[in-house]
Amino acid sequence: MPEVKKIATRDSYGNTLVELGKEHDNLVVLDADLAAATKTGVFQKEFPERHINCGIAECNMMGIAAGLAATGKVPFVSSFAMFAAARAFEQVRNSIGYPKMNVKIGATHAGISVGEDGASHQCNEDIALMRTIPGMTVINPSDDIEAKAAVRAAFALDGPVYLRFGRLAVPVINDNPDYKFEIGKGVLLKEGSDVTIIATGLCVEASLQAADLLAADGISAEVINIHTIKPLDKEMVLNSVKKTGKAVTVEEHSIIGGLGSAVCDCLCEHMPAPVYKIGINDVYGESGPALELLKKYGLHGQGIYEKTRDFVRK
Amino acid sequence: MENLELQKIANEVRKGIITSVHAAKAGHPGGSLSAADVFTYLYFEEMNIDPQEPKKSDRDRFVLSKGHTAPGLYSALAHRGFFPVEDLKTLRKIGSYLQGHPCLQYTPGIDMSSGSLGQGVSAAVGMALSAKLSNDNYRVYTLLGDGEIQEGQVWEAAMFAGYHKLDNLVVIVDNNGLQIDGKIDDVCSPYPIDDKFKAFNFHVINVADGNDFDQLRAAFQQARENKGMPTAIIMKTVKGKGVSYMEHVAGWHGKAPNDEEYEVAMEELEKAGEALCQK
Repeated sequence: MPEVKKIATRDSYGNTLVELGKEHDNLVVLDADLAAATKTGVFQKEFPERHINCGIAECNMMGIAAGLAATGKVPFVSSFAMFAAARAFEQVRNSIGYPKMNVKIGATHAGISVGEDGASHQCNEDIALMRTIPGMTVINPSDDIEAKAAVRAAFALDGPVYLRFGRLAVPVINDNPDYKFEIGKGVLLKEGSDVTIIATGLCVEASLQAADLLAADGISAEVINIHTIKPLDKEMVLNSVKKTGKAVTVEEHSIIGGLGSAVCDCLCEHMPAPVYKIGINDVYGESGPALELLKKYGLHGQGIYEKTRDFVRK
Repeated sequence: MENLELQKIANEVRKGIITSVHAAKAGHPGGSLSAADVFTYLYFEEMNIDPQEPKKSDRDRFVLSKGHTAPGLYSALAHRGFFPVEDLKTLRKIGSYLQGHPCLQYTPGIDMSSGSLGQGVSAAVGMALSAKLSNDNYRVYTLLGDGEIQEGQVWEAAMFAGYHKLDNLVVIVDNNGLQIDGKIDDVCSPYPIDDKFKAFNFHVINVADGNDFDQLRAAFQQARENKGMPTAIIMKTVKGKGVSYMEHVAGWHGKAPNDEEYEVAMEELEKAGEALCQK
């Protein structure tokens, strides 16, 4: 098998900020003592005068970003998802969301694939928190190509955006000439007729593996990559489930409030259908190597395959 | 502008506070009245603003970090000509552009939405940093309550402002000594306030009477001359200032006067206004 190229989406984030920084003087990057980990260090090196280290004070950082945006800058605020979305939730809601500030939140180290740091740093709640904020766009890219496109699209959009990135290097899956990124538009990766697998982030690649395993069992799975959880591509979800009759959602996030909930909200309202939610089952994570954790919590190809197979055959 | 003129305007601002809070049957008169003079000084004397062009890019910015005293800010903005004084009576009503706490999308002259304590000061610091980054000359003012500084975020913001030497920033603390549950030093004392800001590398100006325009003028002039560090103006004020039965009473933090109380308050302010006109 050829070697698959793997890149962590946090690297895509930092690299794209450097490109955008060259194109736009009004782009500034904020960190809370994690520039080395959020990968904005490359931006800091290139544009030291436009990189603002706020120290370990995420709540204040969100307010600083709001003030910068109110005076014409486009701030990208960087921290771990736990601190950006969870610790500073109310600041994001009241200082950025409510006044519709043009602030982009680059949240790295989302989900259990943080690995060894354990549950205190594994944020499985950020999508749920961010999608409740009116006017907030929530994007969870699946690979390097999608993450780069998402950062550019977030810059182009006038309004608050939450970008979710991972620590773990993940395979590049979108390197095909037809790939196009558009906020709010899902990507149909594989057509099928028995079940729709709707996945986000690093679970997209695992879901493609699961679809191959299902095919061997004679189950035809359609696979949709939902990079934008809010606004959700309802049209794509509804059209697919209309055809397959049932959906499985897959995310490295709590089954409460994330992609699975967003899909259920959509189906409940427009076209009730059975849904099986694969994710973190209302538990905290734990320490361990990222890939082993993903296996333990059933978010690898085999885990998704088994759960989907049982759901389809039920 | 002469102090006497400012006093007359501040008295009108106070009438606007009482009128709007009475009409809304809700709101925060106590801290609006204690800050009525500093609102007046900022909008009629200190700040570079234009009511005809509220979004002009080189304007000085003001962030009301103690956002619950919006009635005071709204009244000052209305009297300065940002919107009709008559509209103050729509405060807190459904569909009004005068929300219970400031919202920058709705109200001309509001530079930042605020109300959740401790957050406005961070946005003000961000604005001051922004001016430094692009070599703009505007100044940024923010008003905090003395109870508000119990919020940890205030000190995150202060640490940042001091470290970045934001001398275009003036943090004002309305030290009226009272918060919802009582005296600030009975609830959870923030004293000494001046030493705290000094420790965070601020130039600190103590104002013995923040309801006195001579003292306010001296403080803001000194703040302009201060270079290389942000300024904190800690001003002693009287909560409920100008309405006898509200003065020094914590119970008037967030309560509207009834019809009878409204009449008494307006009569007192009318008399105060007449006395100023005879000076």
